[in-house]
Amino acid sequence: MELCDLTIHELRGLYARKEVFPSEVLASVTRRIHKVEKDYGAYLTLDLEGAAEQAQAADARIKAGKALGVLEGIPVAIKDNLCQAGKEATCASRILQGFVPPYTATVVRKILAQGAVILGRANMDEFAMGSSTEYSAVKESKNPWDPQRTPGGSSGGSAVAVAAGEAIAALGSDTGGSIRQPAAFSGVTGLKPTYGLVSRYGLVALASSLDQIGPLTKDAEDSALLLNILSGFDPMDSTSVRVKELDYTRDLQQDLSGKKIGLPLEYFGAGIDAEVKRTVMKAVDLLKELGVEVVEISLKFTEYALPAYCIISSAEAGSNLARYDGIRFGKAAARIEDNLAAFYTRTRSEGFGPEVKRRIMLGTYVLSAGSYEAYYKKAQQVRTLIIKEFNEVFQQVDAIITPTTPTTAFKFGEKSQDPLRMYWSEVCTAPVNMAGLPAISIPCGFSCGLPVGMQIIGDHFMETVILNIAYQYQRVTDYHKARPEPVRKEGTA
Amino acid sequence: MRRVSEEDVKYVAGLARLNFSADELRTLTGELNRILQYFAKLNQVDTTGAPPTAHVLKVKNRFREDTVEPSLPREEALKNASTVKDGSFQVPQIME
Repeated sequence: MELCDLTIHELRGLYARKEVFPSEVLASVTRRIHKVEKDYGAYLTLDLEGAAEQAQAADARIKAGKALGVLEGIPVAIKDNLCQAGKEATCASRILQGFVPPYTATVVRKILAQGAVILGRANMDEFAMGSSTEYSAVKESKNPWDPQRTPGGSSGGSAVAVAAGEAIAALGSDTGGSIRQPAAFSGVTGLKPTYGLVSRYGLVALASSLDQIGPLTKDAEDSALLLNILSGFDPMDSTSVRVKELDYTRDLQQDLSGKKIGLPLEYFGAGIDAEVKRTVMKAVDLLKELGVEVVEISLKFTEYALPAYCIISSAEAGSNLARYDGIRFGKAAARIEDNLAAFYTRTRSEGFGPEVKRRIMLGTYVLSAGSYEAYYKKAQQVRTLIIKEFNEVFQQVDAIITPTTPTTAFKFGEKSQDPLRMYWSEVCTAPVNMAGLPAISIPCGFSCGLPVGMQIIGDHFMETVILNIAYQYQRVTDYHKARPEPVRKEGTA
Repeated sequence: MRRVSEEDVKYVAGLARLNFSADELRTLTGELNRILQYFAKLNQVDTTGAPPTAHVLKVKNRFREDTVEPSLPREEALKNASTVKDGSFQVPQIME
């Protein structure tokens, strides 16, 4: 195994003992990138020279025995919808080509302050709309477990970078599953925190009542380490919540006996692949051996969560994307001098890709006079019932376990021409965003050589509970340590 | 449930400031109808008395002191604009 395949916590140990230095880790990551990036396409842009400077600075601090940041000398990838001052941020869209933000997202500022080495910007579905990276206006990222298949999305590039050792960890964003679904497809650990726990300042908005930033990592411990940095109140985000500061690694070692987990029947029903179900149930059996009590529960509004999610997210996306008009930022079409509306229309029609246009159209339609009550308001009412139902269940259980995705990674072209089939990819994850809950996806086995993800959902702000369960599961399994074949080959070469 | 026509879709495209070719419009109309049909599933849910949720947490408006703080310098704010004139964004003429 190469240095680039290690975790944050392993590297921190090596740095603390001065056995390894950040420049050596960066060199290893760089070698891996040169080896596999042309095949996998995890990144939209790389800044390896900038990363080298950051790594050398970290070397010096370690050698000088200075106080180290939590991410000191750790090479990470960030999704292309997170702003960093002076670095082009495109959201994998033509309309943001050349956009260089004048400010830095809070999460990016925070990881830099802890010494992170930013490698580059990860590929994604355009404006985070999609579940495969096929809707990226730039390129598709490939699943390292089978390059004929998608890595999931929209944080597909982030997931690939971590899975293939092209980064030690990555940041993504999750509106309906965009961290957890690619984490499941690519065999990594992905956490979507509680709505409001992590500042969204500097995240390009998709659907503001659902979006949340989170980490993609190689295990639950790294996830907790990153959440310690990412979480916290931010006056720059009006939805940011003041909660007591917590050490999210605090409960990782806790025994699981006495913990109660709910299995919702609805998440193991029609439309969920039998192998996926079997694999997740096997993982649940193992948790029982660790002392967890498992009870069957029912979340009867589940089948309505996805259509309600599609309505709300499209409506919010349609509104948020109204700002792309070619005037203040973004790529403008050729000027039409005497007709502002025609200029807007030309800019937007040339700049947005087909899925983005489809969602803007859907969103505009469900908010238009005559449809508002039937679709948007109805969906928001259904959302209330979904939240209530989750709240009731969390009176009885500590966590809920489901498959993260209805299938393992699908092939390119399998769903990209059929919007409804693509939306179905988020059937197990979108309800969680609707209720603003935290959830983590961890690798729990393989089906035909492809990773299967198990989703652990917690009550609001109970990240410590789901991280505890994930950590304890990973302590007795090694699915999260498995690496895709081409990477393994290189590792032993 | 009422199906949307190509005319409806064209009208919504106008609201969204998007333009579609005749072919695109036909495809999009079909897709939107299929998706809206899926959305109609929500009609099976009795939502009587359920207030609509706009925000998942019980967070109220948060106010702060209106103090002056450093803001983005003008040149920075204008750097990404397509056309700039006299320190301002320039838009096509909208009035005679």
